[in-house]
Amino acid sequence: MNEKEPLPLVADLQRALAPDRVRVSPLELELYARDASIIAGRAEVVCFPLTTAEVQAAVRVCRKHGRPFVPRGSGTGLAGGATPIGDPVVIVTTKMTRILEVDADERVAWVEPGVLNLDLSRAVAHLGLHYAPDPSSQQSCSIGGNVATNSGGPHCLLYGVTSAHVLAIEVVLPDGSVAMLGGLDPEPAGYDLRGAFVGSEGTMGIATRIAVRLTPLPPAVRTLLLDFTSVDDAAATVSGIIAAGLVPAALEMMDAEITRAVEAFVHAGFPEDAAAVLLVEVDGLAAGVDAAASVVAEVGRAHGARTVRVAADEAERALLWKGRKSAFGAIARIAPNYYLHDAVVPRTRLVEVMRAVYDIARRHDLVMMNVFHAGDGNLHPLIVFDRRADGVLERVMAAGEEIIQACVAAGGVLSGEHGIGLEKRDYMPLIFSADDLDAQARLREAFDPDGVANPEKVLPAGSRCGDLQKIPEGAWI
Amino acid sequence: MSALERFAAEVGAEGPVTVVGGRTQWDVGGAVDPAAREVRAPSGVVEFEPAEMTVRCGAGTRVKELDAALGEHGQCVALPAWEGASVGGVLAVGRSGLRRLRLGPVRDALLEARYVSADGRLIKAGGPTVKNVSGFDLCRLLVGSLGTLGFLAEVVLRCRPLPAVSRWFAGEAEPFDLVHRLHQPSSILWDGTTTWVLLEGHPADVEDQARLAGLPEADGPPDLPAGGRVSMRPSSLRSLTGRRATFVAEIGVGVVHTAEPASPVAAAPEVAVLNRRVKQSFDPTGRLNPGRAA
Ligand SMILES: Cc1cc2nc3c(=O)[nH]c(=O)nc-3n(C[C@H](O)[C@H](O)[C@H](O)COP(=O)(O)OP(=O)(O)OC[C@H]3O[C@@H](n4cnc5c(N)ncnc54)[C@H](O)[C@@H]3O)c2cc1C
Repeated sequence: MNEKEPLPLVADLQRALAPDRVRVSPLELELYARDASIIAGRAEVVCFPLTTAEVQAAVRVCRKHGRPFVPRGSGTGLAGGATPIGDPVVIVTTKMTRILEVDADERVAWVEPGVLNLDLSRAVAHLGLHYAPDPSSQQSCSIGGNVATNSGGPHCLLYGVTSAHVLAIEVVLPDGSVAMLGGLDPEPAGYDLRGAFVGSEGTMGIATRIAVRLTPLPPAVRTLLLDFTSVDDAAATVSGIIAAGLVPAALEMMDAEITRAVEAFVHAGFPEDAAAVLLVEVDGLAAGVDAAASVVAEVGRAHGARTVRVAADEAERALLWKGRKSAFGAIARIAPNYYLHDAVVPRTRLVEVMRAVYDIARRHDLVMMNVFHAGDGNLHPLIVFDRRADGVLERVMAAGEEIIQACVAAGGVLSGEHGIGLEKRDYMPLIFSADDLDAQARLREAFDPDGVANPEKVLPAGSRCGDLQKIPEGAWI
Repeated sequence: MSALERFAAEVGAEGPVTVVGGRTQWDVGGAVDPAAREVRAPSGVVEFEPAEMTVRCGAGTRVKELDAALGEHGQCVALPAWEGASVGGVLAVGRSGLRRLRLGPVRDALLEARYVSADGRLIKAGGPTVKNVSGFDLCRLLVGSLGTLGFLAEVVLRCRPLPAVSRWFAGEAEPFDLVHRLHQPSSILWDGTTTWVLLEGHPADVEDQARLAGLPEADGPPDLPAGGRVSMRPSSLRSLTGRRATFVAEIGVGVVHTAEPASPVAAAPEVAVLNRRVKQSFDPTGRLNPGRAA
């Protein structure tokens, strides 16, 4: 393209924003061609608004030129949600990073969508508060992205996922108008459009300001590491803890492979010969925490835990969590590529589903590791591979499909926190009938009648009449 | 034909129709057109697996009966257990009970809903697991929709452990300060003079927190004025100080129970447009609970 004579679309965007915040260089378009998944597309233009008014202006330019748009935060999504399909304008929120207001009395913060998850918790820590949803990617993912995917994290077991922490969202709708969904009062009038928007993966508009609930830091915390000689025993302990009527703050499982990888990386004293470890945290008031910690230890021992290590102080606790949270960094040292799955099964079925999942990897001759939110049955089978190896990608994809089938067969669902995006769009009929999908399409239509916001995502094509198609044109894996 | 299919057939695809629960909040959202046919959702617990901490039940089930069944296993649901209220009714209205400060809003209790659409089809929204982001969150949309988008037939709810102890305390105290001093109180109520606090959990913790609150034990919460219900920002409840009229405010939550009827609040114009489009999309002929609006 000629530098001096940009496309009318680009020229209009440059006028609406600023020339240096509208980018078309091949290098930059390449950067925005995919998210953290392995599904790539193609962006036509990438732009970086600073304010709600600029987002609105960008959306209006898209409408004028008949172009779809794709909202994008940090691009850490794993379902291809931010992958551009159909030559869209990618509207990136990474320059909207202001924490606008913190109200410690009401425990609410107003943030721009590009604020990073962990930055918010850090900014309010001195007030004894934090933002509870803590995805493993919290150092790099944006709150806007969290809202759009309804993110979860280890501590969402007790505290609830993103939706439970979002009070109000200012949204630039696909027609370029601005609406405030939800509110700071407990029972805003009308339908819960805030709830409908959370998890909509960019298909209902762009979040430009978000009011989130801040949570007081618990007065007492106890972190335990239990280790087992079999995955079955660890999984049975998870079910046993829930069966004892206990909902810990977090209940995470790591299998042998990942435990060894992590230990080599952070040296937190994880037992390298364990078949699986559980990282369990209970919090609240002192007596309740003591009682809960004893229940966890008892249930673990009853299921054959070899050791129950209780973090002695904050430093040890931080070290154990560092182990859990650096799992992905550790993997990068093992193989160049990984495919991280995300599905949920009833937690009473964990033992059998884990067996089935390992079996699938074995049959496809793939290296698989498991590090996941066991307490809510949220599996993350992770396949590591080198995509340059012959035929490996086919095996990775085939195993992935079987894993999903196995989870669904056990009464599970397609995704616990990464979302559907492009990755799982065509699996939606596994758990939803044509009528169910039609109902979801009706919601989308109310927000975006012309289908210009992040087209091709979440719902299979033809959800309004029942015909389905495969990976859309213009996307590749 | 299953109970769900019978219910769907009864709702049908034509003519004005209304779904009746326990009639405990029948007036919320306005009167239903008297021409509407009355239907009732199936009731009864369908599946309860205590180790899963979820329960599947008919939307017509009474919340009290559900809690009684769950209580045998030390669990409950985070829905207000008003006398006679049905699970479907409580979800459709979406109003929380007095323990919202700890339990969160009603909308977070619903995991899966089977509902009958305006064209008489059985639709599944959400899923049975405690965590799920597979597709759009129709469950959130249904809670508080007053049966204007679909009629709940069967639901899966998240269960909660019953607290070991549950004690009310009351006396004259500054309630806004208590919200911050106590850790996760279950309820703080204030009528302008007296403050009530509900503490739940481990007996020793409750004892400790009670000392912190410095209030004597009470029989229970006060009677709530039943004239109106107002939704305010929690911090603006301070403005009620010195008010003459009778009220009981839920501190930290923002719900105010008043003696006089509350004046209706309209959504902002841009939001009203969206509300209308949602209604139009789900019930184009306006046959579900005609006359009522969320
Ligand atoms: C190593 C690693 C670990 C992870 N761990 C977790 C985890 O524990 N839990 C978890 O839930 N996820 C996890 N994820 C996935 C990812 O981090 C989350 O989905 C995150 O919420 C995405 O945020 P983002 O800012 O990167 O969004 P993006 O990837 O940029 O976008 C994600 C989706 O949101 C939409 N979107 C973004 N911003 C907006 C906006 N302002 N308005 C409307 N739509 C918008 C996009 O269109 C897209 O559909 C992990 C990812 C990685 C790489």
